[in-house]
Amino acid sequence: MAKLESYSDIVGEDVINHLRQLAELLKGRKVVHVNSTMIGGGVAEILARLVPLMQELGINTKWRVISGTDEFFKCTKDMHNALQGNPITIPESLLRVYEKTNAENAEKLKNELNDADIVFIHDPQPASLINFFPQRKGKWIWRCHIDISRPSRYVWKYLRNFVVNYDASVFSIVDFAQRLPHPLYIIPPSIDPLSDKNRQLDDKDVASVYEKFNIDLQSPVILQVSRFDRFKDPLGAIRSYKLVKNFIPNIQLILAGGSASDDPEGEIVYKEVKASAGDDPDIHILLLPPDSNTTINALQRGADIILQKSIKEGFGLTVTEAMWKAKPVIGGNVGGIKLQVVNHHTGFLVNTPEGAALRIRYMLHYKNKTEEIGEEAREFVRSNFLITRHLRDYLTLMVSLIYNAEERIELK
Amino acid sequence: MNKEGIQPFAVKDCTLIAIATGVKAQSLREMRDKLTNIHSGSIYYHFWGSLLSPRFEEPEFNNDFASWSYHALHDMVLAERLAVIDPTHFHNMEDLRREVIDVIEERLYELEFVPFSKSSQQFNFVRSQIVVFDTHKRIEKPEELSYTLQNFSSGSVFYHFIDARRRTDENTDDFREWLNGFGEKYSKLSNVIANIDPYFTTLSELRENLSQLFKHYFNEEK
Repeated sequence: MAKLESYSDIVGEDVINHLRQLAELLKGRKVVHVNSTMIGGGVAEILARLVPLMQELGINTKWRVISGTDEFFKCTKDMHNALQGNPITIPESLLRVYEKTNAENAEKLKNELNDADIVFIHDPQPASLINFFPQRKGKWIWRCHIDISRPSRYVWKYLRNFVVNYDASVFSIVDFAQRLPHPLYIIPPSIDPLSDKNRQLDDKDVASVYEKFNIDLQSPVILQVSRFDRFKDPLGAIRSYKLVKNFIPNIQLILAGGSASDDPEGEIVYKEVKASAGDDPDIHILLLPPDSNTTINALQRGADIILQKSIKEGFGLTVTEAMWKAKPVIGGNVGGIKLQVVNHHTGFLVNTPEGAALRIRYMLHYKNKTEEIGEEAREFVRSNFLITRHLRDYLTLMVSLIYNAEERIELK
Repeated sequence: MNKEGIQPFAVKDCTLIAIATGVKAQSLREMRDKLTNIHSGSIYYHFWGSLLSPRFEEPEFNNDFASWSYHALHDMVLAERLAVIDPTHFHNMEDLRREVIDVIEERLYELEFVPFSKSSQQFNFVRSQIVVFDTHKRIEKPEELSYTLQNFSSGSVFYHFIDARRRTDENTDDFREWLNGFGEKYSKLSNVIANIDPYFTTLSELRENLSQLFKHYFNEEK
């Protein structure tokens, strides 16, 4: 696991010193992060890197994962979909499962969470834990990673009953923030430039991954990396590819994704995608195991264009990963993608498969411009979306909550 | 205290975090109304926040009000007028607020309709919390700045060069404030620092400019 010092070549020594000084204010504090999966998905990925760095800075940080039955995860997946805008109603019986599961997990985590100075609860799955901790001594923060800009009112009303009890909430972008009776912090997520998914790779490593999947690196490659999830619009990506194919016959499409243990819908969507691709030999659908980080890294580095045709998106870390590899991105004009992709500067935002097809053709035609966009995208990520910035924001948030800061806090 | 009887320069650092206020504006009239009452920290954030929080730096627009007018309201005239407002020219946030409102009211008077944005492009008022902490580094003599400034963090540059304008009586930066304590000795240096425009730059460029300026000055003095 990379140590903090190893990031100084990428972000500068001053940034690392700044983090160390800020962390001095929190030394010895007990912090617990709670989420619902150890592997798969952006949240687990961020925590896997952020927690060790917080520990290295002298903050007593733990990461705990709640457990649940299939019914519980069916309920939280419905909740997730509803919060992202799908008009779903969740049966009362499933909501009782949700509450009961949280009660059971609360019992297991009782001592640690009661004792913590700061508790971060990630996403809706463990959100109702707070109701079982009336004796809590620390500050509790609800960290929402998903796009809840236009949630299903019914589900949000239910979840809000728990969220109002927190001391603060954190949203990835300001558009997602909901009215709540506590401070609504805005902290975009980040990627780790030294992780297997993002570290520099040799050309031969990239080539060998492409060879393994029998994909021709000499012909143009469009890649979408994401879970098989309807919000990621893999069918739209296939439609865009088919529209481009008329003009660029040797174009190839890779849809690479895994599944997360808290996502029971993945397999259904995967089958839909297979059916839509039919027997086209230039569409490569790769169902990757959760530990395929180096494979994804190589696929991203070998691709000509990265597509993220989402119709709803929390933040879109696959976009950030691609930009860090100096790849131009064509992204759906939604959620956090809007914060990262700036037309003609770091990629293109699109609203339809047709729009994506047009931009793919544009980028494959203007190679020099595409390279410039890639370089600008990389620098944008360096300044804004690396883990060191994320860590700084979390430290600032903790300091401001612990010291009850209003607009300004001056510490000796 | 050094031999001139002046306190050493205490290097501070700061970090800024954004907080959504939940207040939004969809039309220009709504923007005018909300601006009247919004927390002054929000005005500060929308003029200066891009320096310390993740956002794409748009070369044409230096504040969020101008950017919103262009991208969401598609009012180029208003965007240009708002973009030219330089926050360093205002003594406090209230004067700056008044200026923004005046520009918007003038535009509302000129137009026969009230421009509005799509609901997905509403203006979200954000404020910031700033945490300031002492690095415990002290600078005894001004010439030390010629080699220490390059190691300042972005937060230190922001605190001493930009945030200082809100804290000091003369709306100046901390470097000039400190140098003025030495009497006329560094007045030439102070004047050169005053010529740096902090509004069209990034913090790393600002650090580089300041560092070069101090190096140049003290090399010439030798």
